[in-house]
Amino acid sequence: MFAFIISRILQALPVMLTVALLSFAMFAYVGDPVAIMLGQDYTVAQRDALVADLGLDQPFFVQFAKFVVNAAQGEFGLSYRLSRPVAQLIVERAPATLELALCAAFLALAIGVPMGVYTGLYRNSWLSRFFLTFSLIGVSLPTFLIGILLILTFSVWLGWLPSFGRGDTVNVGGWSTGLLTWSGLKALILPSITLGLFQLTLIMRLVRAEMMEVLRTDYIKFARARGLTNRAVHFGHALKNTLVPVITITGLQLGAIIAFAIVTETVFQWPGMGLLFIQSVGAADIPVMSAYLLLIALMFVTINLIVDLLYYAVDPRLRIGRGKGAH
Amino acid sequence: MRRLLLAAAAVMALGVMAPGMGGASAQTVRWAAAGDPNTMDPHSQNVGTVTMVLQQIYDPLIHRNADLSLRPGLALSWTQVEPTRWRFVLRPGVKFHGGEAFTADDVVFSIGRARQPTSNFGIYVDTVQEAVKVDEFTVDVVTRIADPILPNKFASVYMMSKAWSEANGATRPQNTRAREEMHTTRNTNGTGAFRLASRENDVRTVLRRNTEWYGWAEPDSARANVQEIQFRPIASDATRIAALLSGEVDFVLDPPLQDLNRLRAAQNIRVLEGPEVRTIFLAFDVARPELQYSDVRGRNPFADLRVRQALYHAIDIQAIHRTTMRGQSVVTGTFFPPQVNGYSQAEDTRLPYDQARARALLAEAGYPNGFGITLDCPNNRYINDEQICQAVAAMWTRVGVRTSVKAQPLAPFFAQIQRQDTSAYLLGWGVPTLDALYSFQSLLATRNGAQGDGIWNYGGYSNPRMDALVERMKTQSGADRMAAIHEALRIYREDVPHIPLHHQMIPWAMRSNFTIPHAANNQPYFRFARID
Repeated sequence: MFAFIISRILQALPVMLTVALLSFAMFAYVGDPVAIMLGQDYTVAQRDALVADLGLDQPFFVQFAKFVVNAAQGEFGLSYRLSRPVAQLIVERAPATLELALCAAFLALAIGVPMGVYTGLYRNSWLSRFFLTFSLIGVSLPTFLIGILLILTFSVWLGWLPSFGRGDTVNVGGWSTGLLTWSGLKALILPSITLGLFQLTLIMRLVRAEMMEVLRTDYIKFARARGLTNRAVHFGHALKNTLVPVITITGLQLGAIIAFAIVTETVFQWPGMGLLFIQSVGAADIPVMSAYLLLIALMFVTINLIVDLLYYAVDPRLRIGRGKGAH
Repeated sequence: MRRLLLAAAAVMALGVMAPGMGGASAQTVRWAAAGDPNTMDPHSQNVGTVTMVLQQIYDPLIHRNADLSLRPGLALSWTQVEPTRWRFVLRPGVKFHGGEAFTADDVVFSIGRARQPTSNFGIYVDTVQEAVKVDEFTVDVVTRIADPILPNKFASVYMMSKAWSEANGATRPQNTRAREEMHTTRNTNGTGAFRLASRENDVRTVLRRNTEWYGWAEPDSARANVQEIQFRPIASDATRIAALLSGEVDFVLDPPLQDLNRLRAAQNIRVLEGPEVRTIFLAFDVARPELQYSDVRGRNPFADLRVRQALYHAIDIQAIHRTTMRGQSVVTGTFFPPQVNGYSQAEDTRLPYDQARARALLAEAGYPNGFGITLDCPNNRYINDEQICQAVAAMWTRVGVRTSVKAQPLAPFFAQIQRQDTSAYLLGWGVPTLDALYSFQSLLATRNGAQGDGIWNYGGYSNPRMDALVERMKTQSGADRMAAIHEALRIYREDVPHIPLHHQMIPWAMRSNFTIPHAANNQPYFRFARID
């Protein structure tokens, strides 16, 4: 087990370096931060001085090597746009994104799994058909459109929920949370639905397919023959055996939710890391962009590791197989 | 079983919803714009998004009225005692928000700070040689050359406390070399009508009324009653308008044009329209022997006046005004609007829209079959910038100049044109000093590496007569100077270095219980605002 984790971490290093190199190479195309920092009027000498100050006159690989060495120590420098330490900016913004992503993931699981089980069990009921139609909307409508439609309905027409922002937040040990205030909770609803809708329909369809697969197997027939209650059969035997793919997908999707919260955060002016990233792109703020991309890569690597470990917990065949040294 | 599943799904799906949104307390204005200020340092970033918050907190020596005319600020009077010496008599008894008394030392310090190399405000103090304290409430500003428009420039130079800046290590505007954040990035200490109460980047900036401000007693602020200003940046156009319609904000500085009709029709919403001091024009590479982005080899068609005139004649400006801009533009034949000192109605005439004339001129210049070019264009900087370029490209293509548009976000667009890596581009130009010199010097003077001269002249236009006129504008005053400006405007009209299109209009949208005077520099002056 321990050796497995170590080997996974060693595999992750080249991945991180590649991401860093790719993102760093990309920055040559996002525009010139110096032009934005200098404003409308400057002399050639001022410009050269600033370029030298920022180290942008050095060869690409020197800049990259410096970046990697600093990044390894958690040092990402000052944001060009905000003149504040990048690490501090990201730490400030992370709670908003993580709360939003977790709420969206919770929503997707808490609604998606029951809906999937229902549509798997009662394939031909009108409600199942309705759920499936609804899930098509979730899969096919782009996120920003869903967000705008929700804002139009619940903020502009009905006036029930706020259209933007996080509401009031409370600071708990350096973590600013919107979960403890009424306005913070209300502000969370629309963005969570927007962000989680795709995952919700994905999970629903996945659970449905898996349920239909499992319900055909012999051990379900055997369980029924033993006279077990429907509930025990459906949840104790069937649902449990659909969980391996569901965990994989959910885990990877959680990474995707955090990484692609960018669109939702822009629509709702949600002050998370995605919004920070988008605004940094606009200003060619290289330190923030590179730190963000690295963080996202790190997160995917970590989530993959956790998902692999969860397989061990859920699927006894993996434990036994490895224990015997077989395969 | 079945019911249980449904109930679980339904409860989660509905979530908790309750009617009623938290209303703001009396005399609080909640307003929104697309961008958030990058910094709270008054000499670091010379852009509208920063100024729109800082001008509420910091005072310059000379204030502007909403119509942009000058009025006393921290200086009660100013006179040009010698050609190169301006004397400012300061307002006594003013205190900074932190309690420090405002004196001549603060003025000398602030002018010096704005002149630091890391300042973005160099253009406003470019002629200053030194600022000298005469007594506690008198300061002399000595200039290198006679500067007739110094008061106009000083309306943008904010005054800081010397003691406070020194105590907090903030004597330079920004420090790119340091790895640490400067105190002034998030803290302020001004003398203005409002003080900074709290600030979260990209979330919320709250200002509270400074009851001790000297200006509240003046007649145009007497009815102003705003106690608290909450600024909320909302980047998405649709969300910003939704927030206004749902009553979550009272005032939107930059409503998108396509929503204006809807806003006008909405109840309790008012749209305030006015011109902006910003002109949109097209410029060409006239300097290279061969264009970089064209199918003409061995010569540069834009170097030929007839080609520039032909492209001018090809533009149906009324169509752009009507359709692309939805009536929200002021068509022009020159490159700064009437609010700018030096404007001349006589020189504000366009070459008429005339496709036949355009084709004839192209044939005369040796391009009977036209040619192909690329037009570079930003897509998120000016109002409908990309759509304007598309319209222009179609019009040019119709007379034979096959035009493809390369539209990009502002960061890569400006990086590209600043390398002069372009053959034709669209640019919008604002005039913060409200004086013609700024436009002529930046856009049309020959590039020579000196501060300001031709710094935005990316087409490489160079005309010795124009350069001589720019030098005259820098030093002369009175009728001589005006004559130089008008001659330069005539050259602009005849020589067609640009094709001017229009001055932008900037509509503001607000709840009908909020009143604020519209200002052509796109700055909301909350010290004149009222909420009922």
